[in-house]
Amino acid sequence: MKRTITLTVLNRPGVLNRITNLFSKRDYNIESISVGHAEQAGVSRITCVVHVENDRVIEQISKQLNKQIDVLKVTDISDQAIVARELALVKVAAQPNNRNEIQSLIEPFRASVIDIGKESMIIQITGETEKVEAFIELVRPYGIKELARTGTTAFPRSSQRPGQTKSCSLV
Amino acid sequence: MLQEAAFTEVKAESSPVSGADLLIEALKKENVEVIFGYPGGAVLPIYDSIYDCNILHVLPRHEQGGIHAAEGYARVSGKAGVVIATSGPGATNIVTGLADAMMDSLPLVVFTGQVATGVIGTDAFQEADILGITTPITKYNFQVRRIEDIPKIIKEAFHIATTGRPGPVLIDFPKDIAAAKTARPDEPEISLPGYQPTIEPNYLQIRKLTEAISSSKKPVILAGAGIMHSNAAEELKVFAEQQNLPVVHTLLGLGGFPADHPLFLGMGGMHGCYAANMALYECDLLINIGARFDDRLTGNLKHFAQKAAVAHIDIDPAEIGKNVTTSIPIVGDAKEALKLLVKQGGKPPRHVEWMAKLDSWKLEYPYWHEDVESPIKPQRLMQMLHEKSKGEAIVVTDVGQHQMWAAQHYSMSAPGRWVTSGGLGTMGFGVPASIGAQLAEPDACVIAVVGDAGFQMSAQELSVIAEMNLPIKIAIFNNHSLGMVRQWQEIFYKERYSHSRMPSQPSFIKLAEAYGIKGYEVHSETEAGEVLEDVLNNREPVLLDFRIDASENVYPMIAPGKGLHEMEGVKK
Repeated sequence: MKRTITLTVLNRPGVLNRITNLFSKRDYNIESISVGHAEQAGVSRITCVVHVENDRVIEQISKQLNKQIDVLKVTDISDQAIVARELALVKVAAQPNNRNEIQSLIEPFRASVIDIGKESMIIQITGETEKVEAFIELVRPYGIKELARTGTTAFPRSSQRPGQTKSCSLV
Repeated sequence: MLQEAAFTEVKAESSPVSGADLLIEALKKENVEVIFGYPGGAVLPIYDSIYDCNILHVLPRHEQGGIHAAEGYARVSGKAGVVIATSGPGATNIVTGLADAMMDSLPLVVFTGQVATGVIGTDAFQEADILGITTPITKYNFQVRRIEDIPKIIKEAFHIATTGRPGPVLIDFPKDIAAAKTARPDEPEISLPGYQPTIEPNYLQIRKLTEAISSSKKPVILAGAGIMHSNAAEELKVFAEQQNLPVVHTLLGLGGFPADHPLFLGMGGMHGCYAANMALYECDLLINIGARFDDRLTGNLKHFAQKAAVAHIDIDPAEIGKNVTTSIPIVGDAKEALKLLVKQGGKPPRHVEWMAKLDSWKLEYPYWHEDVESPIKPQRLMQMLHEKSKGEAIVVTDVGQHQMWAAQHYSMSAPGRWVTSGGLGTMGFGVPASIGAQLAEPDACVIAVVGDAGFQMSAQELSVIAEMNLPIKIAIFNNHSLGMVRQWQEIFYKERYSHSRMPSQPSFIKLAEAYGIKGYEVHSETEAGEVLEDVLNNREPVLLDFRIDASENVYPMIAPGKGLHEMEGVKK
């Protein structure tokens, strides 16, 4: 099953190495990891999406991460109401004659064209992983020349409805 | 005049100090008694400060010997062992020791030299990315980037190494920073917001355990090295006696509970005794205190303590539930938890039948061996070492058959007398670790029990023993082979002894003599008795080459993949 963990870490040299090292040392399967500065100076937020077989593994991952001296807090937010977003840049083969056709796919996904060349265009799409993947599959037949994805970054929502297991925004 | 004096004093106070001086000052503040170090290019500025620093410096003949000596020192003294190695090869030579200390939770503070900051990352002479290399095998590691951070980093390093679950901490020290000068920095303060070990256990969990004990019919305590780390041997004894609970030790826990105590069942695990393993297998309540359910202890997890509720007291929350599902997790210091349990003082369990069963197992299935005069039976030899040293020696071992025989037959009566490489199983550990053990307790009788193969992985440290005239007794259990490998090849690989025999060992006696150490070759039990009587009572180093029965195997044994109840070789 897929789990999303967010952690805040001290922004010290080698901290990302410590985290990724731990994943490889303990043989955990990581799908994506995204890192950036958090609201507090000197603190970074890391979002990891991992695949685990059962709850025991995710508990171990959280504990092992927590044990790291530079890690301030670890939260498994998979069961909370969260906002999760990923950004992808897709360079699609596009000739003048099918640009409009591609354009029509972009709109429902609220993606945007950020560059157009003679034989290709670059599309930026933001959203949950499922949405990004659906879009990629949709444009694949036109020919994907290049693809770059940031991996998921996520937050718990401000208000959590009691009793709900999982609810994610789709847009 | 007065004014002038005051002026010079102020000047002295603010006169610049070098990075290396700051290092030495910080070590003195931590009351470091001994440094195990080996000089080299990148640590020359540090060695210049060591020259007249008045801290004892031990010069091993290989960096690996240095770090194993520091481990022996840490194990016996309970204090952090301090190591210095130079950059590049010096640093990579201590990697095994770091991994060993990490596995066995030994507090070390290790300094490595590094090339100057300006050339880091250029593949400079003797450069190695030691931070990258050691990240997975240290509790934490630092690289000093600013000279004024030195006191703070060292203070934090000692704090991290010695608190919570102890472990090795490495500080990488670029040469230019050691040589640079600065105004004396302010008194440092530790700031580690992400590191706050839980010491006090949760009271409700303690109560839950007390209730579980009262209602249990077949309880057993499994005590690990956590007892030693938290200095809780006395509390363990009080608790076990109060609740009338039988105690099993892990390999590294030996000595935490007196071996001659009626409640002691023995060591559990692959080469543990029948009563201990069957207790772990049959129990209905397993109370783990400071052990990590290592696979050599549990055997096949499918069969481990299946009928039991498991309580686990550990200062490292990540150990709880890692291998064995735990119904009563207690995060905290073993000593504090045991004190609370004793204070709680619940109703002891009604387990007369269980205790009678355990006693009969103990009586019926003790460790056994053949009685033969020559070649010497290693089990008998170990018992003789115990008798002749009155069971009071500090026993340091290497890794292999002799290690298991020592664990089985040298009954430990007190904590801090047992130094062995458990988790990593590092050959070559014994001789250098005995140096550290002896320095931690200069008056103790230290016996280094080693095999003929492991001995040769660090034989060069005889030099240090001779140089410092350390009265260590090196007992080589010489079977001209890698005994444990040979045993497994005999049992599991159809006696195809692939590269496990060493028929042409050198004369260890002549080797010892070359270093200025007296040596004896011993072939029979009678000879062994005489020699031991002689050498254990003097204060000189000695090397004893015991020719043991090369075909002897360690029993009982649990084959890999088997459960604790599937022991082989339980009886003669």
